[in-house]
Amino acid sequence: MSDAPLPRVRLATTSLAGCFGCHMSLLDIDERLFPLLERVDFDRSPLTDIKHCGACDIGMIEGGVCNAENVHVLREFRASCKVLIALGACAITGGLPAQRNHLDLGLCLQEVYLTEPSLATGGIPNDPELPLPLDKVYPLHEIVRIDYFIPGCPPSADTIWKVLTDLLAGHTPHLPERLIRYD
Amino acid sequence: MSQSFLLDGVAVPFLPGQSVLQATLAAGRYIPHLCYHPEFRPHGSCKLCTATVQGRLVASCTTPASAELVVRSDSEELLEIRRTLVQMLFAEGNHFCPCCEKSGNCQLQALGSDLGVTTAGFRHYFPDRPVDASHPGAWIDFNRCVLCELCVRASAEVDGKSVFAIAGRGLSKRLIVNAPSGRLGDTDFAVTDKAMSVCPVGAILPKRVGFAVPIGSRRYDVRPVSAQALDDAPRLPRASDV
Repeated sequence: MSDAPLPRVRLATTSLAGCFGCHMSLLDIDERLFPLLERVDFDRSPLTDIKHCGACDIGMIEGGVCNAENVHVLREFRASCKVLIALGACAITGGLPAQRNHLDLGLCLQEVYLTEPSLATGGIPNDPELPLPLDKVYPLHEIVRIDYFIPGCPPSADTIWKVLTDLLAGHTPHLPERLIRYD
Repeated sequence: MSQSFLLDGVAVPFLPGQSVLQATLAAGRYIPHLCYHPEFRPHGSCKLCTATVQGRLVASCTTPASAELVVRSDSEELLEIRRTLVQMLFAEGNHFCPCCEKSGNCQLQALGSDLGVTTAGFRHYFPDRPVDASHPGAWIDFNRCVLCELCVRASAEVDGKSVFAIAGRGLSKRLIVNAPSGRLGDTDFAVTDKAMSVCPVGAILPKRVGFAVPIGSRRYDVRPVSAQALDDAPRLPRASDV
């Protein structure tokens, strides 16, 4: 029985209103990517460039929800992934983009595109291709159910590795104090 | 022979006048706390130090120690209550740790790490609160205030200035500055005041020293808050010291 191959796990990742720093931290697990790839196939991810998420075991999302497209992607992940993980400070709290939350969105756009001289190049963008911004930047758990949270800006590679290996081993992820950091 | 009470089944000695939390910390044991500070009278507002005494939930910082007490602190139920309190504090203010100068030295953050809090969980309130940078040596970010009143107590009791107060009720409860303009720069507040150094979060900060200590060397990078709090606590003299 012990020789039976472990089941492969399908993993999807994406960044919403994030900076891809959490994905850099995922890559920062370095040579541990090789044992990870013995168990994991990547679905939609910046690593594969697959555009839509198929049926997955684990989804990891960095970044908060700042526009209508973010909402669609987040809901697609929730519908496709058995386990959905909020990765990093922005996914968990809205993060730096959420610092606009106490400001009026219209005034923000006006300040950036009309008032600020270095960017004033023809008004507030309104191309129909552009997703509409939301009134606030929302943490993921305010839009869909999130199963696990990996705090940090970004979370360290060790923190991401601990959660992934716990899940691959069939355990509920548990982070010790030294791996729970909010910055 | 000193008197003692039972904490999680172990005898904790106490001196007359000590609270349950004071005696516990003096004995080298830890109960999580935020608004309590060893140099100030207990305040009992944050409830992080909630423990079960004679079967009832009480704030251990304001409960006088006495010989017949049976105290329970180390239970999953109490840990969950404390986690929820920390989560509510995070959701109620604007706590953006990645860009906060206090990060790594923040007691709220350190409590979250130590208690295993990975998310605020609740819907974030995202309040609209000001920043006061009117003082030449210090600034106040009201977004991060957790209403522990340590600055209020320090300014009144130690500095003799009463620069700070708490106004309002419920969601409108807030820290205010005792000046007609409401600005810190219009008070006699000084960076050498006790109220300057006592803030457990990043609400009252000195100017021009932010991020001076690198990540990895900050207070709670080195040791968790549960260990640091014991270092800070006044300890009972050991028999070998007498």
